Amino acid sequence: MQGVSDREAEWAALMRAALGGDRAAYRDLLVALTPVLRAAARQGCLRFGLGVAEAEDVVQETLLALHLKRQTWDSSQPIGPWLRAIARNKLVDALRRRGRRGTEVDIDAFSEVLAAPVPEDSGIRRDVAKHLQALAPGQRSVVQAIAVDGASIREAAQRLTMTEGAVRVALHRGLATLALRLRSSET
Amino acid sequence: MKTDDLIHAIAEDAAPTGLHPQRSLALALAGAVTAVAILFWLLLGPRGNALASLAEPRFVLKFLVTLGLVATAIGLVLRLIRPGAAVGIWRSALLLAPGLLLIGIAGELVTVPSGSWMTVLIGTNSRLCLTFIPLMGLAPLGLILLALRSGAPTRPALTGAVAGLIAGGISAAFYASHCPDDSPLFVATWYVLAIAMLAGLGALLGRRLLRW
Repeated sequence: MQGVSDREAEWAALMRAALGGDRAAYRDLLVALTPVLRAAARQGCLRFGLGVAEAEDVVQETLLALHLKRQTWDSSQPIGPWLRAIARNKLVDALRRRGRRGTEVDIDAFSEVLAAPVPEDSGIRRDVAKHLQALAPGQRSVVQAIAVDGASIREAAQRLTMTEGAVRVALHRGLATLALRLRSSET
Repeated sequence: MKTDDLIHAIAEDAAPTGLHPQRSLALALAGAVTAVAILFWLLLGPRGNALASLAEPRFVLKFLVTLGLVATAIGLVLRLIRPGAAVGIWRSALLLAPGLLLIGIAGELVTVPSGSWMTVLIGTNSRLCLTFIPLMGLAPLGLILLALRSGAPTRPALTGAVAGLIAGGISAAFYASHCPDDSPLFVATWYVLAIAMLAGLGALLGRRLLRW
C-alpha cells in the first residue's frame, strides 16, 4: 500500500503534466482523486447532517472548482494542502447553502450508510443535471456531447459542425457557468 | 450528470487557460499605479517643496509607511488567493507599516512639546486627506479585486480587506507628496482612517466578488 506522501507526489506529477495540457494525465488525476474526494465528502456530509446523496454533489462541485482554479496551485508546493483546502471550502459551501450550521448530526443517515454502502459509481446527480439544462444552448450542446455522450473535442466539433476552437471555448465557458450556477443555487 | 461524465468533460478542457493569478495581479497593480498617478497629477500634484523635503525624516517616513504597507499587503494577498498556502510570516509582516509609524510617533512625542500634539495631529488638511486617499484608491481597489478573481481565496472578505490596504497604500503614497502635514500623529490618525475606509469597502466587495 502506498503512503500518503507517495500518493500526493504522484498526484502532483499528474497535475504538472495536466497544467501543460496533457489530457490523459489530467483524466488519470481526476479518476484517482474522485474516490478520495467522495470518501471525504460523505464523511463531511454525514457529520453535519446531510445525506450521502448530497455528497456526490459536493464531489462534482469540488471537481469543477479544482479544474477552474487549478492555476492557483503553486507547482513547487505539495498538492495535498491545496486539494484539502478546496474540498473543505466546497463542503462548507454546500452545508451553508443547505442551511446547516454544522451542529446537527443525522444519526439515521449515519446508520443507513453503515448498513448499505453506496456503490462506487454513484448515479445521476440532480444539481449538475438541472443546471446543465439551464446553460445557453450552444454551451449545453457541447457540454452534453462531451460529458453525457462521451465525445472528444474533435468528435463534438464534427457532430455539431463547429470548429475545435469554438468547442473548446464553449466547453470551458459551460463548465465555468455550471460552477457559478451550483455556487449560487439555493437547493 | 454522472461524476464520470463530468470528469471526461473536465479532462477535455485541459488546455491551459487564462492568466496566472500573480500575473493578473501584477498587471492590475501596474494599471492601478498609472491610474492614481494620472488622477493625482490632474487633481492635486506634489507640493512645491516636495524634492527638498526628501531630506526631512518625517516626510520620508510617510512613504516608508505607505509603501511598506503596499509591499507587505501584496505578499499577504498572494498567499490568501492560493487555497491551503501557508500564510507564514506575511501575517506578521503586515505589522511593519504600523511599527514604523509607531517609531515615528515616539520620535514626534519626544521632539514636539506636548502642548502642540493636538495641533499637529489635527493638522491643516485632514478633510482633503479623508477625501482624496479613498477617492484615488477606488480604481486600484476595483482593478486589484478583478485580478484576484483569478485566484481562489478561501477567506474572501479578509482578502478583499487586504486588497483595500494595497489600494489605500498606493493612493496614500501619492497623496503624501501633496499633503503639507508630515507629523506621524497626523498620518496615524487621518491616513489610517482613510485607508481603513478602503479596507472596509474591500471586505464588503470581496465577500461578493471573490467567492468561487
